This record gives sequence, C-alpha cells and structure tokens, in this order.
Amino acid sequence: MPSEMIRLYGVNHKTTPLAVREQLALSSGYEEPLSRLVALPGCREAFLLSTCNRVEVIVVAEHGVDMDAIVPSFLFGDAVHPDKYSEYLYNYQGDEAVHHLFMVAASLDSMIVGESQILGQIKEAYRHASTGAAGPILNKLLHKSFSVAKRVRTETKIGSAAVSISYAAVELARKIFGGLQNKKVLLIGAGEMAELAAENLMGQGVAEVAVANRTLANGVVLARRFRGRAVALDELMLELEQADIVISSTGASDVILHCDDMRPIMRARRNKPIFFIDIAVPRDLDPALNELENIYLYDIDDLNNVVEMNKSGREREAISARRIVDEETLKFRNWLDGLAVNPTIAALRRKGEAICQAELERTLPRLGDLSVQQRKALEKMSAAICSKFLHDPLCYMKSDNHRDQTAAKIQIIQKVFGFEDEHS
Amino acid sequence: MIGEISYLLFQLVLAASFLSAAAYVVFFISRREQVRTIARTILLLSGLLQTAYILSRYFLAGYTPITSQHEAVVFFAWSVTWAYLSFRWRYTVKNFGTFVSILVVLLLLVAALVSREVAPLPPALQSWWLPVHASVAVLSYGFLALAFCGGFMYLIQEWELKSKRLGYFFVRLPSLDSLDQLNRHCLTIGFVFLTLGIITGSLWARQAWGAYWQWDPKETWSLITWLLYAAQMHQRLTVGWRGRRAAIMAIVGFLSVLFTLWGVTFLLGGAHSYAQ
Repeated sequence: MPSEMIRLYGVNHKTTPLAVREQLALSSGYEEPLSRLVALPGCREAFLLSTCNRVEVIVVAEHGVDMDAIVPSFLFGDAVHPDKYSEYLYNYQGDEAVHHLFMVAASLDSMIVGESQILGQIKEAYRHASTGAAGPILNKLLHKSFSVAKRVRTETKIGSAAVSISYAAVELARKIFGGLQNKKVLLIGAGEMAELAAENLMGQGVAEVAVANRTLANGVVLARRFRGRAVALDELMLELEQADIVISSTGASDVILHCDDMRPIMRARRNKPIFFIDIAVPRDLDPALNELENIYLYDIDDLNNVVEMNKSGREREAISARRIVDEETLKFRNWLDGLAVNPTIAALRRKGEAICQAELERTLPRLGDLSVQQRKALEKMSAAICSKFLHDPLCYMKSDNHRDQTAAKIQIIQKVFGFEDEHS
Repeated sequence: MIGEISYLLFQLVLAASFLSAAAYVVFFISRREQVRTIARTILLLSGLLQTAYILSRYFLAGYTPITSQHEAVVFFAWSVTWAYLSFRWRYTVKNFGTFVSILVVLLLLVAALVSREVAPLPPALQSWWLPVHASVAVLSYGFLALAFCGGFMYLIQEWELKSKRLGYFFVRLPSLDSLDQLNRHCLTIGFVFLTLGIITGSLWARQAWGAYWQWDPKETWSLITWLLYAAQMHQRLTVGWRGRRAAIMAIVGFLSVLFTLWGVTFLLGGAHSYAQ
C-alpha cells in the first residue's frame, strides 16, 4: 500500500470566502455524508471534517482510481460551478496530505493559530468516522494527529500564545465601549467559541451574561457557568434592547436577525451602541446590520483580519511547531511504508516455516524412535537455520535508508522468493 | 516697551504652541509616554504665554483686547487651549491633545498673518459689557472647538471600525464611547456659554442701541449657530442622538462658528466687524 493512496481535499478560511464555506458546511451531521463518501467507487476509507472554518475530506483510495474526478464534486455539491473548484479547493496526497492534517490538528492552519478547539472538532469528526468509514490507515493517521497536536501543545508555546478570536472581540469591544464594566453580554446559541468569548469578556468585568438558546435547558447550563441567566429565543428582541455585546453562534441555516428587526430596537435603545459578533457558519446576522448607525457587526472573517494584525509574535513558536509536524509526518510515512512491507515479510516468514515443516515431516519418520527432547532439538535447529537465513532479506526489507525504494524492494524480494502470484 | 514685550510674547506663543503640537504628533506616531509628558508641559507653557500675551495687549491698548481680528483669534486659541487643559483635568481622552494642539497652532498662525495693529476702540464698544460679552462668546467657541476635534476623531475611529480596516488610527484613537462623552461634555458647556454670549450681547445691544435684537449679520449667524447646537442637544435628550450624528453635528456647528467669526466679518459686515 504505497502512501500515495491517502488523498486529502479541502477548503478553508484561507482559500474560500465565508459565503461559499457556509454552503458547504454540513448541517445534517456526519453520518449521511460519510456513508455517501465510503460508497464512492474506489474509496476504501474516509474521514470528513467540517467546522466553521474548513471542510476537509480524507480518503484512502484504491490504486489507480482517479479520486480527483469524484471527491471535489462530492465536496462542493451544487454550491459551486465545477469550473470554480480549482479556485477554492486544495488537494494533497501522500505525505503532503498527512502533513496537512497534522498542521490542522496542531492548530497551525487555524484562523487563530494555536486555538485548541480544532482538536476537539477533529476528535468529534473521527468519532463518527471510526464507526465504519475509517479503516486501519485512517485510524492510525487520526490517532497520530491527536498525539502530534498534543506534542505541539506541550513542546511549544503556541497554545498559550494564541491570540484568540475572543481576544480580538474584546479588543474591538473596548474600542467601541471604552470600559466593559456594566456592559451586558448576550449569547445567542451555546457554541464552544461563544463560550470562550464570553469567558474572556467576563474576565474584563462585564456586568451580566445572558444566554438565549433554542433549547432552554442547554442555555441554563451555560448561563449557570457565567452566573448569568438563560432566556428563551422568543425573548430575543426584548433582550436586544438591553444587551451591549451580542455573540451569535447558532446552528440556524438562515439569518436570524435582519436589518429591519433591528431598526425599532435601536430606537428603543435610544441609539445606544451595540456590538454584534457573528461566529456562526452559516451566518446568523444580516451583514447589512453593520450599515446601521451605532451598530458594529463583525463576522468570523472580519475577526480573522483583526487577528492578523498581531500574528508576528507567534511566528517563532509556529516554526518549532512546524518542525514537530515535519518530524511526525516522516514517522507516519515510515509506518505506512512498514505497512506496505509487512505482507511480504509475513509471506517470507510463512514460506520459511512451511519449508521447515515440510522437511521435518519428511525426515522425522525416517529417524525412527526419537525422544521428545531430540525431536524438539531438531525442530529448533531447523527453525534457527530458517530464521538465520531470512535475517538478511528481512533486514533489507525493513531498512529505511532511502525513501521511495520500498516498492522496488518488495518487488525484488517477491521475485527472488517467487511470491508474485500470492500478493500484489 | 510694552509693545516690544508684547511682540516678543507673541513670538514665544507661536513657538511654544508649535513645539507642543510637534511633540504631540511625535507622541501620536511613536506612542511613547515620555513624549506625551513633554508635549503636555509645553502646551501648558503655551497656555500661560498666551495669557501673558493677552494681558500685555490689555496694557498696551487699555481695553479688553478682543476687538481686532488678530485679538479675537488669539483669544479663541487661548480659550481652546484652556478649555482643553481644564478638560484634561477631569478626563483623559487618548491622543485628544494631538488634534487640539494642531488646531491651536492653526489658529495662532491665522493670528500671526493678520494685522497686529492696536487700534483705538470705537466709542460704541467702550463699555464694561465688552469683556463680559466677548469673553463669554469666545469661551463657548473654545469648548465648541473641542467638540469639533472630538467629532472629527470620532468619525475617523468609527470609519475604522465600520470598514473593519483596523489600521493606523485604530490603536491610536480612543474608544468611541469616550469620544461621544467628550462631545456631550464639551457641547453642553459650549452651549451654555454660547447662550450666555447671546444673552449678554442682547442686553448690551439694548443698552447701546436701544434694541435687544436688530438682525445684524453676526447676530443672525450666532442665532443660526445656536439653533444648530440647540437642535442637537434636543435630539440627544429626546431620541438619543449620539455617535456619528452627534459628531457630524459638532463639526457642522463648529463650521458655523467659524463662519460667524470670519465669514460674517469679511462677507457681510455689520456692527460686529472688527477694526481692520
């Protein structure tokens, strides 16, 4: 199994605008798209990751199958015209695909480099894939990606130095409101990112956090964490009259707050400024809100640009983190190569054992009565001859002195020992 | 003798205010705290020198030096400077000094370019109302000028936030809220003084000309200015006009102030025209 068979296709916040990503984000959960993915011809294993910043598909393809022709159209569906695929899509294979996944898991490819959420999202995605879509290679790859992420986190300062979305949000809020004391925060939807932002704002001493959630029970749980209160989604308009900072992250497929909803609210607020942070994909808030007076709306892409400003401090840590990723990519490659060699090694051993067995069976009856001890000694001797004889070929197979010779090695051994029909 | 001291003082005022503006600009660019301390000290010095210069003019002329173009503008700069320094005493608004000190320099440059001749006071203006009316009016201009600077800064910062291009000014300018408060604070004080200025002027007019109001161009334009500010105060109190609109109104109002100060004199004439 040469490593070229791992293929990765994806779009992320760097290549694709939010408006397009919104259309690609899965709203129906992982199961259905995963099963469609595995059912694609030539697809042995599959993994799918969908977050608000990226959609990534990893497949292990059968040899000689042109995945380029089918996976992109799976990914984009009807959202994008085929001519435009290349504009948004990146695709990697083999080592590059592994490297990319490790970069993503280690949060080096994130909108906010070093944020820890992405690892949780990959684990969640893997939980769905592991029930059937992922096979031996992807299982190993994903587990490896978790350990790479952990290594990067413990060996570099990238996580602690992470300037998060919530940090950017706080910066902006301060430029709008000055001090954040006695400001009221309203969370719409109970996403992880919203939680983080709210936590950061609590740290700035905001007066109150209210949580409006579709399921009140979840809202209550979250609200309790911030010693705030939970409100029903129907009360949203009323809450908007009071709130100063609104963080929206619902999973709604449509805009939940329109420009026209907000006009009367602004009158009721007597034009008190309000800061909207929309971290949902698809977007929750009408982009035109930003054009209203005293309303400031930032969506996830805008925050990205804000974060871009203070990125340089993390560059150094990112370099050492990248080194870890490179290292681990190489290790994974070795494992994969090992995987490719394994069947041949096993065949070699089997062949040796079979010969020993056959020769013993032929010789033993001729030797007449032998004690159990003598019999054991003979068996041991033949096994030792066999393994000593196989030692050099096995060493040759396992040696990883040069890349890209694995296939050639396998071929030589198979030819020399006459395995060509047994394995391909 | 006094004439020479007075001349020298004006040169010093120009130099000091120019230096303070330059230091404030350096602070604006470099954001180094020590530079700001230096800039503030020089601005305070400039304020003191301006006071000294106005006193010297008083002794030179023998009446409140606010009747010629030059004197009025110096008085204007003086009131902006001291309005700022008094404001500073209560609030800090990041980098506000930069904008104010530049405005002060611009005003003083105008003062430097017009005639500094000391003219005899026309009989109509020989009254104790002159210092009262004129200084109240010019004080109001000082605070309205601060509101103008604040409004200007607000518009820049708001543009940065709305356009989401958080660049050079974003980090250097204060929060929108503090600029809005500044606007409210300065407009309230400025408006009170402006009202007083109009009332004192009207009383003086009754005494001097026998009528409270005679639609002299300056009076008319003062009234227009007053109405502009009154409208804004009203809107702020009733429907909560603030932010961008308040900032624009502060700028429009100040342009009207400038027109009342200069435009009327040059274009329309009337009883308030300065001695040329």
